[in-house]
Amino acid sequence: MRTNLMVSVTVALLASTSFAAANTLHWARAGDSLTLDPHAQNEGPTHALAQQIYEPLVLRDMTGAYEGALATDWGPSPDDPNVWIFNLREGVTFHDGADFTSEDVVFSITRAQSEDSDMKELLNSIVEVRADGDYTVEFVTDGPNPILPANLTNLFMMDRGWAEANDSVDVQDIEGGEVTFASLNTNGTGPYILVSREPDVRTVLTLNEDYWGIDMFPLDVTEIIYTPIQNAATRVAALLSGEVDFIQDVPVQDLDRVASTDGLEVITAPQNRVIFFGMNQGAADLEADDVDGANPLADLRVRQAMNLAINRDAIQQIVMRDQSEPAGMIAPPFVNGWTAELDAAVSTDIAAANALMEEAGYGDGFSIRLDCPNDRYINDEAICQAAVGMMAQIGIDVNLAARPKAQHFPLITNDETDFYMLGWGVPTYDSEYIFNFLVHTRTENRGSWNGTGYTNEDIDAMIVSLSSETDLDVRNATIASIWEEVQAETLYLPVHHQVLNWGMADHVETIVDPEDQPRFKYFVLN
Amino acid sequence: MDRIKRALDSDLFYSYKSSPLALVSSIVAAILIFSAVFAPLVAPHNPFDPGSLNLMNGFSEPMVPNAFTGDTFMLGTDDQGRDVFSTILYGMRISLFVGFAAVVFAMTIGIVLGLTAAYAGGRIDSFIMRIADVQLTFPSILVAMLVFGIAKGITPVHLRDQVAIWVLIISIGLSDWVQFARVVRGAALVEKSKEYVEAAILIGRGPAGIVFRHILPNVLSPVLVIATISLALAIISEATLSFLGVGAPPTSPSLGTLIRVGQGFLFSGEWWILFFPAMTLLLLALSVNLLGDWLRDALNPKLDD
Repeated sequence: MRTNLMVSVTVALLASTSFAAANTLHWARAGDSLTLDPHAQNEGPTHALAQQIYEPLVLRDMTGAYEGALATDWGPSPDDPNVWIFNLREGVTFHDGADFTSEDVVFSITRAQSEDSDMKELLNSIVEVRADGDYTVEFVTDGPNPILPANLTNLFMMDRGWAEANDSVDVQDIEGGEVTFASLNTNGTGPYILVSREPDVRTVLTLNEDYWGIDMFPLDVTEIIYTPIQNAATRVAALLSGEVDFIQDVPVQDLDRVASTDGLEVITAPQNRVIFFGMNQGAADLEADDVDGANPLADLRVRQAMNLAINRDAIQQIVMRDQSEPAGMIAPPFVNGWTAELDAAVSTDIAAANALMEEAGYGDGFSIRLDCPNDRYINDEAICQAAVGMMAQIGIDVNLAARPKAQHFPLITNDETDFYMLGWGVPTYDSEYIFNFLVHTRTENRGSWNGTGYTNEDIDAMIVSLSSETDLDVRNATIASIWEEVQAETLYLPVHHQVLNWGMADHVETIVDPEDQPRFKYFVLN
Repeated sequence: MDRIKRALDSDLFYSYKSSPLALVSSIVAAILIFSAVFAPLVAPHNPFDPGSLNLMNGFSEPMVPNAFTGDTFMLGTDDQGRDVFSTILYGMRISLFVGFAAVVFAMTIGIVLGLTAAYAGGRIDSFIMRIADVQLTFPSILVAMLVFGIAKGITPVHLRDQVAIWVLIISIGLSDWVQFARVVRGAALVEKSKEYVEAAILIGRGPAGIVFRHILPNVLSPVLVIATISLALAIISEATLSFLGVGAPPTSPSLGTLIRVGQGFLFSGEWWILFFPAMTLLLLALSVNLLGDWLRDALNPKLDD
């Protein structure tokens, strides 16, 4: 009996290992997730990893359509226009076996609204979250909020008991350099379980055999090995040699090479992301410039001159090799509030720019530091270098400081940069998201990524009104007038909209997600 | 005139004249160093003046007119439209400056510590030489990266770019002083027991005077050999650090930075961005190294036949 048991266990083990090995997906991209705490950073690659482990109530599938994840159905309450009701999926368990119930939703939303959370801008309109029995949750908003579900697609649900037992009720303070249990460990409901993680080196996930959707999705991938590879050539080499099966960012110079290689393919789609420069116009005096006692960026004419100096066509043709679309506004075309007129890129005009600089009293130019990430956006550092040359043409002497995103982003959120690059994707597909994070005055609940120091009470009031405005025509008119102000102020210098190029081995089958969020449960392996 | 004549008659110059390797490598090194020092006169463009760049010139092939602007570049252009030839000249300036300065720095530390160890002897000697031994167990590039990392950590963010080159010099210098200290100590120990030193002690010269006026000049020839070989190593160390992205900033690239940038375009067929800087680095390091080898042989009386 005993030997029989041993033999069958061994056979089973062998079978399972060979099975797992056959369905391992080696996934690579330039940068790593910044933390495992699902509410600490509202950032693409961080969410991309969290998506596999944690789940929101409602998500967008890879075509952009809503799909119930931990909620089965949802809608405004028939009795009260200020209440949304979500019915939760029953029988869902966390990876540690605990049941998923309404108290976990209440806990997670409250957690994501807390001080150190980077997700709180999305939850501004929520006054209260209350459980109605184990499997129903009511969200009370401060006025009717027609787009509430759009704000919840990246809001991941944690287990209350697990967070309390592991001292992780509070969100990790990432700017303060804090490390918590939840920033290193996970306990989600999602299709994949974290096996091991070395930040910036290697993260291994394995299939959750108890996943509620085990029969509903392909779930062909049973093991995910995620390796950040910052160097573009190394990343492509890894794909060409078969070391990795899937990369999210094929360098633009290597598209032809990858596409023409047998056994590999590149799939392309416009991304829901715009790349732009921010300028600190709010400070009385800038830190990293050579102008004493004044802030040249506070002068609208200087900002306009900088906008005129950027040669977006050259960046598109040379740096991006046509894998981008020059932009005139900081909203991707997917977003409500985007218009072709606003997005028409400004043509370069060095003479006019120099005249504006002269008029502003900076005819001799000034010097300033440009902070730039080097592992986040497509060719981010090369774009910044090109911008250095373009700014030099109007007398602005730019010192470029390119850093990994983990060091770059805190400069923006801590107000330590005067001139910086940022990219913004809009998971809610609505301008309000952009305004809340990038335009509203920096306060406790809004403006956390607004590094410009811009503040305007009227605009702030208009932004706040968006979450409770039920008349869509009025709401869209407000959005349009906020955009008018953003454009008139030259608050940001838009550069371009990114185009996504996913490279993968032939046996991997997927579509491109416009938010650059692969969800491996939908992947098919042939 | 007399001095020149004496130099031309010396054994060293004879050995130089009769070694084709030394002749060729010194000519190559001289050309490279000359064109780097006079880069502003030799180079057709100034790649460090971002205002003069035209992004549309980016990725021009060597000797082929650019499709947009019609400009032709002898060695092509990089991704930012910089003329590769000019960038190499200017990049070599930074590489050579960092190399020379790091060697001078390492030499100063090494000579002072080596002489101190040899002359003082006893515990001071053991202490200095044990530190040297410990440092020798680490690869010098690791020491350089360690020093570089610490220096970056303690400099305020807004000063980092300005001090990057100096930090590079200090970190390479600190990783390289041991060779000098060991050689100087060895040679100084031999000199120390010679009669002229005893005579100097007898007439009442102080230790500092004896060490620097009497012993130092007699230990300089091995130092010269090491300095030449160290220069080649320092240039390579600098290139390695910059290649790893921790050296010279991208807007004022050294040869290593240029190779790092070029490496990204290897697969896409823009070979010239990597090839020419890499060849220049090879030529520079090789010629300096060969010169050092020749100097070592020429100054070694035991090999004199």
